[in-house]
Amino acid sequence: MNEVVIAAAIGVLTSSGVWLLLRPRTFQVAIGLSLLSYAVNLFIFCMGRLRIGVAPIVAPGGAADPAAFADPLPQALVLTAIVIGFATTALLLVVLLAARGLTGTDHVDGQEPPA
Amino acid sequence: MTIADQLVVVPIVLPLVAGAATLLIDERRLAAKAAVSIVSTLALVAAAIALVALVDASGTRVCHVGDWPAPFGIALVADRLSAAMVLLGSTLGLACLVFGLARWQREGPRFHALVHFLLMGVNGALLTGDLFNLFVFFEVLLAASYGLALHGSGTLRVRAGLHYIVVNLAASLLFLIGASLMYGATGTLNLADLAVRVAAVPAGDRWLVESAAAILGVAFLTKAGMWPLCFWLPGAYASASAPAGALFAILTKVGVYVVLRIWLLLFAGSSGPSPGFGSTWITFGGMATIAFATLGVVASQNLARLASYSVLVSSGTLLAVITAQSAAVTSAALYYLVASTLAGAALFLLIELADRGRAAGADVLAVTAEAFAADAAPLDENDEAGVAIPATMALLGSSFVGCTLMLAGLPPLAGFVAKFALLDALLRTTPIPGAAWAMLVLLLVSGLAVIVGMGRAGVRRFWASPDVAVPRVRVIEMVPVAFLLALCAAMTIEAAPVLRYLGDAAAGLHAPRNYIDDVLSPR
Repeated sequence: MNEVVIAAAIGVLTSSGVWLLLRPRTFQVAIGLSLLSYAVNLFIFCMGRLRIGVAPIVAPGGAADPAAFADPLPQALVLTAIVIGFATTALLLVVLLAARGLTGTDHVDGQEPPA
Repeated sequence: MTIADQLVVVPIVLPLVAGAATLLIDERRLAAKAAVSIVSTLALVAAAIALVALVDASGTRVCHVGDWPAPFGIALVADRLSAAMVLLGSTLGLACLVFGLARWQREGPRFHALVHFLLMGVNGALLTGDLFNLFVFFEVLLAASYGLALHGSGTLRVRAGLHYIVVNLAASLLFLIGASLMYGATGTLNLADLAVRVAAVPAGDRWLVESAAAILGVAFLTKAGMWPLCFWLPGAYASASAPAGALFAILTKVGVYVVLRIWLLLFAGSSGPSPGFGSTWITFGGMATIAFATLGVVASQNLARLASYSVLVSSGTLLAVITAQSAAVTSAALYYLVASTLAGAALFLLIELADRGRAAGADVLAVTAEAFAADAAPLDENDEAGVAIPATMALLGSSFVGCTLMLAGLPPLAGFVAKFALLDALLRTTPIPGAAWAMLVLLLVSGLAVIVGMGRAGVRRFWASPDVAVPRVRVIEMVPVAFLLALCAAMTIEAAPVLRYLGDAAAGLHAPRNYIDDVLSPR
């Protein structure tokens, strides 16, 4: 059940993201990229397998049974990906504003298509 | 791990420190910034030379960061290829920084810091032996390249920069999907460990590994500029400032390098579980890139676009041959990679000097005039004496001829040696596959197109317009161009040792067992 829910969530986020990415307005593109990066983050997280009620951190002292713990590596990867995604989205927003200011339009090509 | 292994970290840490240091210096104290920047880049080049010498003398060096053993920690690996690429990138960085001293460092904020962070990202991506770490370094170099693409600002740059950023962000997301899928399928991110484990993946899960590799491939090939993933490239490179455009010449090559490294580790050889996976796509994609870029070279109205398409020609040529499964072809391809990167960067720098003080749209007007045979300027009597070409123009013109010879692959410069070695190696396999013949035709036709395109642009720029003001060029701007071209000449004269080194590098790449043992064995 969990698998279906999370797969559907990733699918919906990805499809909305791709659709928005292909839209002609810069703001839609920025939101599309954000949705896509949420989907990707969830996907990375799932690649460590879905486990419920298990911790990723081994208690100090003594060898632990790996089967009783979640995989911590994808969680670390997600953290890195979130931080990088944050930074690049912020940079993209600055460029969007600059493009809006310089070209006077929010079309991705910097000019309105002929009507 | 010995002290010598620590040298592998230097090309990453040095630009990081230098970039941070130039950020701390006030924007108005450009002399101080420039001093820090040039000294550290000189040190970087020295470190890269030391690394090449070390690796050539004593084989692959591995640095386990934090002394965590592979495959658990991140390993930085310098083999002959990555050391040579680091040297190439650092040399370009030095040339671009010196070029920027004259004018571009004043055109926008934090030029020096951006160049250093770009170099850090490039060196990191070349040296890392870990898939996710590769993603991080790609992001570092991309973030810095976004800044450099916009350096100098202006509508044209922001518009092209927007496309560049969005395409690369989307490609980075694909990279993440591919990397995590690879982890999900094999349970490791270390490239050497990956090569071992991919071979052991059960047949039922092979599709997971293959789709992960395919998704990663799309991300890398976008960076490398393979058709049809390359439409962002000419606009972004042509509108970037000259030193940024010259530095970007190495970025597509980093994409090619990553494809070469990962493909040879995971799918080369005929014994592996999915031998030659994706090689058809890469080969024919590379050929399509050459064809597309050849048309672009001939069709380009201005020099900067022409230079961007010539970058695409070289990247297509490399992609078309790197999956040929032959060490001889790979070594020729590596020689071509170095030669074409140096020449491409020199061309980007040169164009800005030649086009300086020229009205925008002059090229389009010239073409229109040609098309309508409207030689408006009537010949007056003075013309019979000929036009005196000023020294600056003569210098620029002869450098332009040098770049043309390099990029078109005409003797006597290194471009010819590279293309000759490439064709020779391709035609040595018996029976000669049809793809090799197609490649031969494409390579020769693209060379011809480069001569036609650059010859036309050069004639129009240097000979046919005597009334245009001579550009003001400072010595410090001419030195990097001359330096890069001198390196090309040196590569021609000393072709034997260079080809010997690159031949060893290629042999190392085609024996992935050694790389795997070097990384995974505890020292």
